[in-house]
Amino acid sequence: MAHIDVHGVAIDFPLYHVGARSLKKRILAAASRRMEQDANDRVVVAALRDLTFHIGRGERVALIGQNGAGKSTLLRTIAGIYDPVGGRIEVQGEIGSLIDPGAGMDPWATGLENVRLRAWYRGMTDAQAEALARDVVTFSGLDEFLDVPVRTYSAGMQLRLAFAMATAMQPDILLMDEWFLAGDADFMEKAEERLAALVRDAEILVLATHSLDVVRRWCTRVIRLEAGRIVQDGAVDEVLGPA
Amino acid sequence: MLTTHQAPTVRDAASPRLLARALEDLGQGLGRWRLPFALARMDIRNRYRGSVLGPFWLTLSTAVMLISLGFLYSQLFRLELREYLPFLAVSLILWSIISSMVTEGSNSLTDQEGVIRQMPQPYSVHALRCVMRNGIVAAHNLPLILLVFLACGWWPGMVAFWALPGLLLFVVNALAAAVLFGMLSARFRDIGPIVASVMQIGFFVSPIIWKPSLLEDRAKWLVFNPFYAVMETVRGPLVEGGVSPVIWGAALFYSAILCAAAFYLFVRFRARIAFWV
Repeated sequence: MAHIDVHGVAIDFPLYHVGARSLKKRILAAASRRMEQDANDRVVVAALRDLTFHIGRGERVALIGQNGAGKSTLLRTIAGIYDPVGGRIEVQGEIGSLIDPGAGMDPWATGLENVRLRAWYRGMTDAQAEALARDVVTFSGLDEFLDVPVRTYSAGMQLRLAFAMATAMQPDILLMDEWFLAGDADFMEKAEERLAALVRDAEILVLATHSLDVVRRWCTRVIRLEAGRIVQDGAVDEVLGPA
Repeated sequence: MLTTHQAPTVRDAASPRLLARALEDLGQGLGRWRLPFALARMDIRNRYRGSVLGPFWLTLSTAVMLISLGFLYSQLFRLELREYLPFLAVSLILWSIISSMVTEGSNSLTDQEGVIRQMPQPYSVHALRCVMRNGIVAAHNLPLILLVFLACGWWPGMVAFWALPGLLLFVVNALAAAVLFGMLSARFRDIGPIVASVMQIGFFVSPIIWKPSLLEDRAKWLVFNPFYAVMETVRGPLVEGGVSPVIWGAALFYSAILCAAAFYLFVRFRARIAFWV
């Protein structure tokens, strides 16, 4: 059974560009004591602090909070991009993430080449890659455009391809950033059906969002983050008040 | 889904299992070799997109350089062109492999920031992409050696096969360089320019356009030049009738240091890469 178990997780973002990123600063710092203190006093942003929660099968969790509260960082940590600096995270089940669907796309490669690339990025077998390509061809409706470089696409077409590729999966745990629910209305009608199916089939949904409508519509539980900490965690009505 | 029967993935800051996860990363990266290979091919294709010759510009520009440098330096050093050119061809092509591997290795991770921060991938994929890209470039240049040998009537004989283990050593070192310099320059952005200027000095202090014999009895010190030792494992069998075990020993020693440094960094700081790029 899919679950996410997070215990005391902390993530710090060292801001190297501000602090001691360059070797010069390191060496100069070693030369003078005052600067060493400065350099060791690295500018660190505590992105997540001491998070503890458990998400079990069937839960639909919304992460809410202001910009910079740590929603995306938490999604990326669950996805396995960031390793916790402190604490422990246990994830059971295959993760599918809809964080930035355009990542890893080569603008000079054709649509189909990008689909194959994506299949390899996901470590798929040939048969799975075939299935992915078929699915994208059917859903994206890009037809002959799939044979020309992606950079010639309009923004809407690029979104359609990215969306088709990203959503062609059946993960146990679905991680999603809210922009996925925004898009041009015409396409969203078709997209929403597909998203709904994806969410329905996943055992767990974790969704980072600002929109309370989205929360009420898709989620059963809300975790509110503030400056990297959990300030509220409970059923939707409990956290947001009755609709 | 079937995957739910798998053991959960645990990432625990208190017991980070650094070694196991680094090996896992390498294993996965090698297992997915088709991904870095496809990416490497796209890199080359994108670099020469729209040009008529495409990647054969690599071959052509190396050929032009070989011919012009060959004429110039055979005059300067008063050497017979037919004797000098095979040496120069092998040296320059090997050096360009080493030099571009090291300089591009410094960008192997920072260039892939967009992927690293958005998609969980084995980091070794990015290093392998860099190695394979340089392998493709090398494959466009290495055949020139054969052409030069034919044109100059130089035939190394069966000893030439000893160049193969040397090439294997190149591959191992290339991967280590991509990991080591990729990580170092992700953390310290000055490493890239430093490495580039060290490579420029390396070109002149190593016997690439000048023959080691020019050093006369000081040639014995050359073994302390890692570039020379590693290069010689391939060049020796091709143009000098073989390599001495001392050179091979030195080359293995330097390679072991490079690999150990790369492996240590990879094991120790692998999880930090996402924060560095």
